[in-house]
Amino acid sequence: MATQTRYAPDRGLTVRMTATMFLLGLVFVAFVALIIGIMSAAHASIGAIVFIALVFGGGSAFVSLFFSDKIALAAAGAREVSPQEAPQLHGIVDRLCALADMPKPRVAIAPARMPNAFATGRNSKNSVLCVTEGLLRYSDLTQEELEGVLAHELSHVAHKDVQVMTYASLLAIVAGLLVRFAFYSELFGGGRRNSNDGNAALLIPLIMVASAVVYAISFLLIRLLSRYRELAADRSGALLTQNPSALMSALTKVSSGMSLIPTQDLRAAEPLNAFYFAPAMKLQGGGASLSALFSTHPSLEKRIEQLTKIQRELGQPGADPRSLR
Amino acid sequence: MGILDTLFGRTKPVQPKLDDLFGLPSAAVQLEAATGFKPTGSGSVSFRAAEGRPFADIQKEVLELLDMDNGKPGGGLPVEVTKDSYGYTWIVSNHLSDEMDALVTDLHAVNTALVDGGFGPQLLCTLVAFSDDSHRRLSLVYLYKRGTFYPFAPLPGRSDRRDNALELQVKGILGEDLKIEQDLARWFPVWGAPGL
Repeated sequence: MATQTRYAPDRGLTVRMTATMFLLGLVFVAFVALIIGIMSAAHASIGAIVFIALVFGGGSAFVSLFFSDKIALAAAGAREVSPQEAPQLHGIVDRLCALADMPKPRVAIAPARMPNAFATGRNSKNSVLCVTEGLLRYSDLTQEELEGVLAHELSHVAHKDVQVMTYASLLAIVAGLLVRFAFYSELFGGGRRNSNDGNAALLIPLIMVASAVVYAISFLLIRLLSRYRELAADRSGALLTQNPSALMSALTKVSSGMSLIPTQDLRAAEPLNAFYFAPAMKLQGGGASLSALFSTHPSLEKRIEQLTKIQRELGQPGADPRSLR
Repeated sequence: MGILDTLFGRTKPVQPKLDDLFGLPSAAVQLEAATGFKPTGSGSVSFRAAEGRPFADIQKEVLELLDMDNGKPGGGLPVEVTKDSYGYTWIVSNHLSDEMDALVTDLHAVNTALVDGGFGPQLLCTLVAFSDDSHRRLSLVYLYKRGTFYPFAPLPGRSDRRDNALELQVKGILGEDLKIEQDLARWFPVWGAPGL
């Protein structure tokens, strides 16, 4: 049976995402080459620093990947709920999962008053979908809007975004650690150096500078990648419910609800930002373009614009859907 | 999902599997022989209505198609359309208890019309209702995306309890006639489904 679909994939988004991942890979390769060059030119003590940074960086990425669900739930103070406790929420998730043919994630509720939702977990079997009390109670979302938010989060699970983003940020973690280690060994290692380490004294600051640059570049690329993943999740979510309008109005409501919340709550929520439905904290200071560069989420306007495009596709007469394949 | 889809954050809409539905008539005979549950003659197709004109047009066509044979011998009763509290549309087709073949044909007509219109991914499930002499209710739910069935038995008078023992019994009885969904986590309750 020929598969038919009414929607062409968004090639532009795919191309931009590929370019971002390519650049990240390029930075990674250049960084590794540089480190190997420095290590071969210098003494083992630098090699040890690099090795430790790799082990620590890899280790922390591994831990955050494997315990992402527990860490995120604990950080949000969320509690898993059974179908009896939250029948409506479970009902929506059940149906969306049946439509998308994916295993059902666990469902949790966080006590925060700000309306938001996030999904985490390394694969679809270990994932958790968490919504805040604020989203369920205070945001006056309609059922369809809530469904749109949940479909967006389920798309993050289907896209394995936690895995992708962890691997993507591995380099930044290692580079960041190297800066720190190099800094400390500069401070404390000076007295113990023997004569063989003569050029190491020069190379350690070099590693520090290179790592700092690599860290900055990969940080920006990761944020860029994160924004593309959000757009991709919006798109898949809207195609799943076939109701981009509801997702648009949910986005608008949640975003305006977020800005009404006192600053204290928002700061506390910031570390979880990357997995949230809408960003909890707007960057302070800087021009609009700068904050757009650092942000984990695309601007509301960008997200609405994309959903409007899907809305138009749905309104088009489907005389021969096969031609759209 | 392939690795490329993961990398690019794409999901392909999942197409429904339609053919396994035709196992229902023989399974109904088997079920009645083993447990006394008879088809009530009511069956329904549940789908997620898409926004926009094209979907509304197709939905209208389907209804006209199903109602064409009204009043003729073997044609069945009028078709009902309801929307449940989760926003899913149910098209309910009513037949006599012994007209399982005609019912399945009706359900299949709805499916093919949606699939031909390019809205196959919108199909959620189909539900065929059964009851026994002591008015216990049972329904077989067909998951389009999996091509599998599962039993759903709400306890009479309760809106939040299901008869798991009966469900598992039916799973054992029909295991050879129908493809039963093995992942019990996917046996989601369809409270308030019409025709139940």
